Amino acid sequence: MPDHVITPGTPGAAPPLPQLNDTPSFDYTSSSHPAAGTVSSPYLTQFEPRNRRAQQIAGMLGWFSIGVGIAQLLAPRPIARAIGAPERTGIMRALGAREIAVGAGILSQRQPAGWLWSRVAGDAMDLALIGAAARSSVSRRNRLLVAAAAVAGVALLDVLGSMQQTRQRAATRTGHTGAVRVSKSIAINLSPDECYRFWHDFENFPRFMKHLESVRITGENCVHWKAKAPAGTSVEWDAELIADQPGKYLAWRSLQGADIDNAGSVRFEPESGGRGTVVRVDLEYSPPGGVAGAIVAKLFGEEPEQQIDEDLRRFKWLIETGEIPTTIGQPSGPRGVVNRFLWRKGEAG
Amino acid sequence: MRANCWMGKRDVRVMDVPDPHIINPRDAIVRITSTAICGSDLHLYNGFVPAMEKGDILGHEFMGEVVEVGAEVKNLQVGDRVVVPFPIACGHCFFCHEQLYSVCENSNPNAWMAEKMWGHSPSGIFGYSHLTGGYAGGQAEYARVPFADVGPIKIPEGMEDEQVLFLSDILPTGYMAAEACEIKPGAVVAVWGCGPIGQFAIQSARLLGAERVIAIDRFPERLRMAREKFKAETLDYEQVNVLDALKEMTGGRGPDACIDAVGMEGHGFGLLGAYDRVKQAMMLETDRPIALREALMACRNGGVVSIPGVYGGFLDKVPFGSIMNRSLTIKTGQTHVQRYMKPLLERIQRGEIDSTFVITHTLSLDDAPYGYDIFCNKQDECIKVVLKP
Repeated sequence: MPDHVITPGTPGAAPPLPQLNDTPSFDYTSSSHPAAGTVSSPYLTQFEPRNRRAQQIAGMLGWFSIGVGIAQLLAPRPIARAIGAPERTGIMRALGAREIAVGAGILSQRQPAGWLWSRVAGDAMDLALIGAAARSSVSRRNRLLVAAAAVAGVALLDVLGSMQQTRQRAATRTGHTGAVRVSKSIAINLSPDECYRFWHDFENFPRFMKHLESVRITGENCVHWKAKAPAGTSVEWDAELIADQPGKYLAWRSLQGADIDNAGSVRFEPESGGRGTVVRVDLEYSPPGGVAGAIVAKLFGEEPEQQIDEDLRRFKWLIETGEIPTTIGQPSGPRGVVNRFLWRKGEAG
Repeated sequence: MRANCWMGKRDVRVMDVPDPHIINPRDAIVRITSTAICGSDLHLYNGFVPAMEKGDILGHEFMGEVVEVGAEVKNLQVGDRVVVPFPIACGHCFFCHEQLYSVCENSNPNAWMAEKMWGHSPSGIFGYSHLTGGYAGGQAEYARVPFADVGPIKIPEGMEDEQVLFLSDILPTGYMAAEACEIKPGAVVAVWGCGPIGQFAIQSARLLGAERVIAIDRFPERLRMAREKFKAETLDYEQVNVLDALKEMTGGRGPDACIDAVGMEGHGFGLLGAYDRVKQAMMLETDRPIALREALMACRNGGVVSIPGVYGGFLDKVPFGSIMNRSLTIKTGQTHVQRYMKPLLERIQRGEIDSTFVITHTLSLDDAPYGYDIFCNKQDECIKVVLKP
């Protein structure tokens, strides 16, 4: 990226915007371009026609779950008889309750991948129970065989539906390159210029970005970053400033050899009626270990969206009040054991 | 120091805890000279506010002497006598600029928790559960006051604690509730609940020009106070059907404004009363909105229903159709105390407002558990308890 004009801190005529979409490692769409004037589109993708069929299948499976569940709850004996299993109403009713819970889960989520996979787990459980029932002397093997075939058929549909949903979710969360994209914004009761100045001072970042260990200016437009990663490790990278419009826009990109390839931008948009500034952050990064790495990070509570949310809130607290509100260090009476681990109370964020 | 700690449902204990210290540059430490038990503390006491934790120091009505200030607190000095408002507000955010201090964006470190429950977060509040920040409260010998350059108001020499203590919460709360009623000449205002907030709402309604005030409660001493102090007409809801009585008293039209100074632990009768008790006990409903339902049904067409009473979560069988079809206006919110402290202090100085009359008990801080007990169970004609550390 040698040919971009960088004018950090220079007021007056705005420099030409760098063409971000010609960068090789990241696919910035024109919507993240500040001049495009549109909001980036992750919220819209769910309604693309190609996803509609996945939604229809999920909906169908959801209602199917509820239907089977109600039948099992209300008429456990006839159902047991129909599939040739021993008439154990307790088990049958429990299975019915499970079906209804899963059905409600699928129908209440916009992207029910998790609930659909739990249907797959349920199918495995049903097959295991049918297998167990087959060993019972009161069972009717022929009917059980038919039931097992039916469950297997539904299971196939469940697996297909789950995979479709999982793919769809991955597609909305990551770009074509497998990079994770995050967009967040926050309203600040200060002018765009004031927000820009605070943000432009990169060494401020560790004060409000919880996961940053240090930021060091290493040269003109070059910054060295060190951040905490899951499980006590840390990651480092060098980044260069690739766009700098005073009071409006900043963009940066990691250089070759980064532990995490990443790029980001922040826009400072005046809010309507002179009511301050909306600070909009777009980040894109390739998590180490690809999608699997992102899932592991999420399990450890290191989800990027939540992190950015909290960091932006801390930025707001710091720039508006000069401090971050906290209760850590204040007195209290003796605490209970359980609650201490249940919530992260008092910790700002 | 000694502090009154919440240790579980109906279990508060005065214990030795560490002294508070300055944490942020805009903090101050106040040595408390007077503090009070608020009706809303009873919601915590009775276990109806979620996110309380064993060991939390209670209390959000307090005043005292500044003993230490952080580096950024320029307007206060050690030795100043101050009353501290219960909402914690930064003074710089959009809402503080709009004087909506109790919804300050920058004072609740547990904003994420409040956002899950309520969509957005209000300000932090002293001693009022972790949903509003989990700040240690003022039923103690000392308290740390964040954003001390914005909230606390200095008290001139020669005024007694009792004259000004209630600027911290209940006096502005009663006043804001009455102000919300947009009282016009000849107005009739009905007030549900004649505890301290109700009394101050009645007093403020009179100050703001209400011609008639109707006070509703079941405790004779509270109704007597409203009658004798402010010439209120009174209704004992155990004796009469309130809706019928209010219609009767207003020619069938209903009061111009209704104030619900009861909140989430209303007492009801018959089937509906039992219904709310059972649902709240089973955690199917967070609040018992008995007074609110009645206030909504009673209010005249196009009138205002003002709600200083505290509600926590999700309410059942609230007659929203009545609100919509009869053009009612709902006004509510935690009090923006900072907005009212100065004008109300001036009114106290001019002798227009007396707030000491609600005090029925003055106890030592160590007697806080006894104070909670008699206030909660309305023993000994208790209306307001002041504690002296």
